[in-house]
Amino acid sequence: MISDGALALDPLVVGVILAMTLVTVLTKVGGFWLLRRIEVSERLEAGLSVLPGAIVIAILGPELAAGGPAEWGAAGIVVLVMWRTENILLALCGGIGAVVLFRALG
Amino acid sequence: MTKLDGSDADRDHSEHLEASSDGSVDDPQVTAVEREPLTFGREGIRAGFLTCLPVALGVGGYGIAFGMLARQAGLSVAEATLMSATVIAGAAQIVVVELWTDPLPVAAIVLTTLAINLRYSLMGAALGPWFERLSPRQSYGSLLVMADENWALTMRDLKSGSGRGAFLLGSGIAIWCCWVGATIIGATAGGVIGDPARYGIDFVLAAVFIALAVELWDGRSTLVPWLVALVTAIVAATFVPGRWYILLGGLAAAAVEVIRYDQ
Repeated sequence: MISDGALALDPLVVGVILAMTLVTVLTKVGGFWLLRRIEVSERLEAGLSVLPGAIVIAILGPELAAGGPAEWGAAGIVVLVMWRTENILLALCGGIGAVVLFRALG
Repeated sequence: MTKLDGSDADRDHSEHLEASSDGSVDDPQVTAVEREPLTFGREGIRAGFLTCLPVALGVGGYGIAFGMLARQAGLSVAEATLMSATVIAGAAQIVVVELWTDPLPVAAIVLTTLAINLRYSLMGAALGPWFERLSPRQSYGSLLVMADENWALTMRDLKSGSGRGAFLLGSGIAIWCCWVGATIIGATAGGVIGDPARYGIDFVLAAVFIALAVELWDGRSTLVPWLVALVTAIVAATFVPGRWYILLGGLAAAAVEVIRYDQ
C-alpha cells in the first residue's frame, strides 16, 4: 500500500477510492431521488443532521486525550483564530506554530 | 462548512403549511418557487462559478491539508488526486486518511465515508423544489459536484428567486478545480517534508478537525450530541480495537438526537 512513486496507483487503493466514490454519489443523488418516494421523518432528519459534527468530535476526543498541555494549548489557539477570523489557513498556521512553540517550551 | 438549518427550516415550513389551516398557505416564498421560471444555461454556470470562487479558494486550504495528510498516510500524489477528483467530499476524505493503515480497513473506510456523507442526502433533498423541474441529466449531474459550501450558496441564490438552475453546477466546478488543484500541491509538498513532529505537521489533522468543529458548531443545540459523541468515542477508543470509535461516537450522537427529538 505504501507507494514509492508519486504517480503510483495501487489497485487496492484505487478500488477503495472507487467504493468511496460510489457511496458518496449515492448520498449526493439519493436524497433528491428519494424525496417524492419516501417520507423521511423530521425525527430521523434531526439525527442525521448532527452526524458530521459528532464524527469530527469523535475523532478529536481520543486524539486530544492522548496529547498533552502543548496540544491542548495549540487546540485553544486554533479555536480562537478560527472563531475570530473564520480563516482556515490562518487557524492552521496559528495552531501549528503554537504546537511547535509549546513543545519547545515544555 | 455544513449548515443544515436552511434545509431543515424549509422542510418544517412546507410541512406545517400542508398541515395548517390558518391561511398561511399563501406564503409568498412557496408560491414564488412554483411560478418563477427556471433556466439551465451558461449564464447560471458562470454566475455560480464566479460567486463561489472566493469560497472555493478557502476550500483550497483544506485541500492542501488533505494532500499533505494523504501523503503522510502513504497515498501517492496520483492516488490522493484521484480521490479528490472522484469523491469530492472534504471532511470524509480527511477522516478516511486518518483511518489509512496497513492492512487497509476497507469496511471501516467505506462505512465512515457513508456516515459522514449522509448529510448530502438531506442537502440534495432540500434542492428538490427547484431541481424537480430540471431534466434528470441536469439535476443528477449537478448533484455530483455538490459540496457543503456550494450547496449553501446555491440555496441562497435559488431562494432569492434568481431562477438559475445551473448555479450548483457552476459553483461546484469552482470547488472541484480548487479542491483537486490544492490536493496536488499539498500532496507534492507533503512528500518533501521529513520528520512531521519537528515542524508540528503531526498536529495538522487535529488542527483541521478543530477548525471544522468551530464551523460546524450550531449553537447550544449542538452541545448534547457532541458530548455524547465525545464520551462514546473516548470510552470506545479504550475498549474497541481499530478506528471504530469514530463511527460509534457519531452514531451514538445521532441516536440520542433521534430519541430526544420531542423533548
